[in-house]
This record gives sequence, structure tokens and C-alpha cells, in this order.
Amino acid sequence: MFDLKGYGPELLSGAVVTIELAFLSLALALVLGLIGAAAKLSNSRVAVGVATIYTTLIRGVPDLVMMLLFYYGGQVGVNMLSDYIWETYEVDFFFQFNPFISGVITIGLIFGAYMTETFRGAFLAVETGQIEAARAYGFSKWHTFRRVMIPQMLRHALPGIGNNWQVLLKTTALVSIIGLTDMVRVAEEAAKAERMPFHFFIPVAFVYLVLTAGSELFIKWLDKRANAGVIQET
Amino acid sequence: MPPDFIAAWLNKNEIFTAMTIMEYWDGMVTTVQLVFLCLVIGLAFAVPLAILRTVKNPFVSGPVWLYTYLFRGTPLLIQLYIIYYGIAQIPGIQQTFWWEIFREPFYPALLAFSLNTCAYTTEIIRGAIVSTPHGEIEAAKAYGMNWFMRMRRIVLPSAARRAVQAYSNEVIFMLHSSAIASVVTIVDLTGAARNIYSRFYAPFEAFIFVALCYMALTFILVFVFRKIENHLLRHQRPAGS
Repeated sequence: MFDLKGYGPELLSGAVVTIELAFLSLALALVLGLIGAAAKLSNSRVAVGVATIYTTLIRGVPDLVMMLLFYYGGQVGVNMLSDYIWETYEVDFFFQFNPFISGVITIGLIFGAYMTETFRGAFLAVETGQIEAARAYGFSKWHTFRRVMIPQMLRHALPGIGNNWQVLLKTTALVSIIGLTDMVRVAEEAAKAERMPFHFFIPVAFVYLVLTAGSELFIKWLDKRANAGVIQET
Repeated sequence: MPPDFIAAWLNKNEIFTAMTIMEYWDGMVTTVQLVFLCLVIGLAFAVPLAILRTVKNPFVSGPVWLYTYLFRGTPLLIQLYIIYYGIAQIPGIQQTFWWEIFREPFYPALLAFSLNTCAYTTEIIRGAIVSTPHGEIEAAKAYGMNWFMRMRRIVLPSAARRAVQAYSNEVIFMLHSSAIASVVTIVDLTGAARNIYSRFYAPFEAFIFVALCYMALTFILVFVFRKIENHLLRHQRPAGS
């Protein structure tokens, strides 16, 4: 029905790369966001300072610049580290930075900062009475965090996570610039070779549209479930 | 006097010479021009589109919805590629004067960025218009204001107050998104950094320096928007301050 000039399988595997990248970076971002929010809400000044510097730095710098820095700088950094390890300990340690890993690390770090803000707000929305009650029952700090705060905060964090996910999904297109063969890269090469830009970019745009529209519906469903026990004013 | 180690580092550094600083400066000028122009164009079209988007007739609001949905649901990079590579493929364009304009990569990028930011801004303003307190509109009607005057005097100023915070985020987002202009051979800040990186093979110097430039621009924007917000919301300040 739609002639992709033999680029179909490549585009499909590119789409798989995009989705893998998006999910792995989401996982990293969620972990970093939880750690960041916990640090921001802790009593330790050092933790608050580090988390604040992290979120401010990330939100001040474009994602593409971060990605280029991690991709080009990451390899140079690893080389310097492995030289140092070889000279001091005589251990051969080498690690090849590829675009996929730098993509996951960069996108995860960037959205970790946004998730930190989301989770921080959500944690603050948990009633203090709940936390006091948990403490009164003899829950340790960690237990209160895991059993009381996280389950109750998720409901408030869900809309923010959803928004961040939508932006993250579109940010994955940037990894094509550092040379990862995701679907944007394949489409670009195909468009240049066949001189048919609309023919290749519009289907790719459509795939992104389907992904964002699908996740919009899924987030709505999750939100409904998470708020099942709450009376909603209309 | 700077500490000795900074002076020593500056003396033996070969990267931050007058030449490369000028390159960064030109890049910064391009970035600021591009972002400023696309924001002005985007905002100018977003206000009427947002009003159309709130009209009840689906044949009026539907197309605007479709436009914002398409541009918000796809990556800006793809939109840029479609416009940048696509314009040359429009049959007959190479014979018209448009080709003189769009042959430069700056203008396709400006078009793509304007369309993108206009879509996001339309939704921001629409949200603000829709949440206008009903009483304000009723009061305006009771004073005998017609639709146009109501829009101009009541709805839009009140919407501006509610939209300014989300809009400041969009402006910063656009500044950061403008970095992708460097992939279509525009030498903006990021483009300058990429050139300098490939000349000296010095990723840290090249990219950390532009990161700082972008951060400075971001902080200036945050500062300016805080001033604007204070100005727009000055009636809400507690008395006596």
C-alpha cells in the first residue's frame, strides 16, 4: 500500500531502537527523579545542595548540547580514566561509548531532573498526618518512605510523569544526530538517497504521533485507576 | 588578579582565542535572532488561533486543534527535516523568488520553529482563555460590552496573567530546542561549538563553554519573565509591600 523503497525493515528496526531507548531512559529518569526528590526533601544540606545544582544545571542547558557533551566527551573521559587505571594499577579497563548508551544516559539525566521536580511536588502533596501516623506506628524512616509516601505520592506524580514521558519520547529523535540508527536517522538517509523527504519523514512523524497518542490514552487510564479511591469534584 | 592557575591555564590554552570567541559570539547572535523571531511570529499567530480554538463551531476549532495536535505530537527535529528538505522538492519553487529566501537554511528553520512554538503557545493561551472566571465575562456583558471589546479588555488581559508562567517555560524550551538548528548547517551557538570541537578535538572545552552560554541566556530569560510576572500580577501583592 505504501512503497518504502526497501527501507521498510530498517525503519521498523529503527522504531524498535527508538522505543527501547525511550523506555530505558524513562527507567533511569524515574530512579534519578526519586533519588533527587528524596535528596531535595532530606534534612542534609549537602544532599539538598547537590540535588539543586543538578536540577538547575540540567534545566539551563539544551538537551542536544548535553548529548554532544556526553557522547564526544564521554569517550575522551573514559579514555583518560582507563589510561589512569592502567598507569597506576596496571589493570586493563576499557569501555567503548556508543551512541545508544550516551543517548540513554543523557536523556535519563535530563528527565531525571524534571522527574525530581515532579516527585518533589508529589511528596509534598502527601498529608503530613499520614507520615506522622506511620511514625507513630513505629515505622522506620525508610519504611515510611516506601510503604506510605511512595504509594500515596504516585497519584499526584502521575500527570507530571505523563507529561515528562511525552516530551521524552520526542527528545529521543535527537539521538539520530549523534549517529544512532533510530527511525529518524534511517528516514533521513532514505530521504537523501531517494530525494523524497515527504515520503519518508511523514510516516516517521506518524509513528511518533501514534506513540504519543497511545501513551496519552494509557496515562489517562492509569490516572483513572490511581484516583479510584478519591472523590473528584467536577 | 585571577589566581595563578587560571592565568597559567589561559596562557597555554589554544582554544579560547579571539577567533573562536568571535565564532561563539556570532553563533550566539544567530541563536538569539532565531529564537526571538520565531517567538514573535509564534505569539502573533497564537493569539488569534487560540481564540478560534475556543469557538464552539467544530469546523472552526477543529482545524486549529488538528494543527496543534500534529505539531505537539511529533518531534521538532522531524518538522525541521520535513521543511528543510521538503521545500526544495516543491515543484516550481526553484523558479520563484521564494527560492532565494528558502535556499538559506535560516529561513526553513525559522519557519519550522515558528510553527512549532505557535502550536504550543496556542494551547497555552487557549487554556488560559477557557479558565476565565465566568463572573468576569458576565460582568462585562452586563456593562454592555460587545464581543470584541470583551475580548480586548477583559478576556485577553486576564488570560495573559494566567498564561505568562507556562509561556515562560515555553520560551526557555524554545531556546533549548533551537540547538537543533545546527543540524541543518546553521552556525548557531551549538553549531559554533561543533565546529570548534571538530577543529581542536576538545569536547569539554567546546561544549561546556556553550552550555554555560545557554545557561546565561536561560537565567536572563528567567529574570525577565519574573519581572513581567510581577508586573502583571502586581494587583495580587499583599497590601503595603
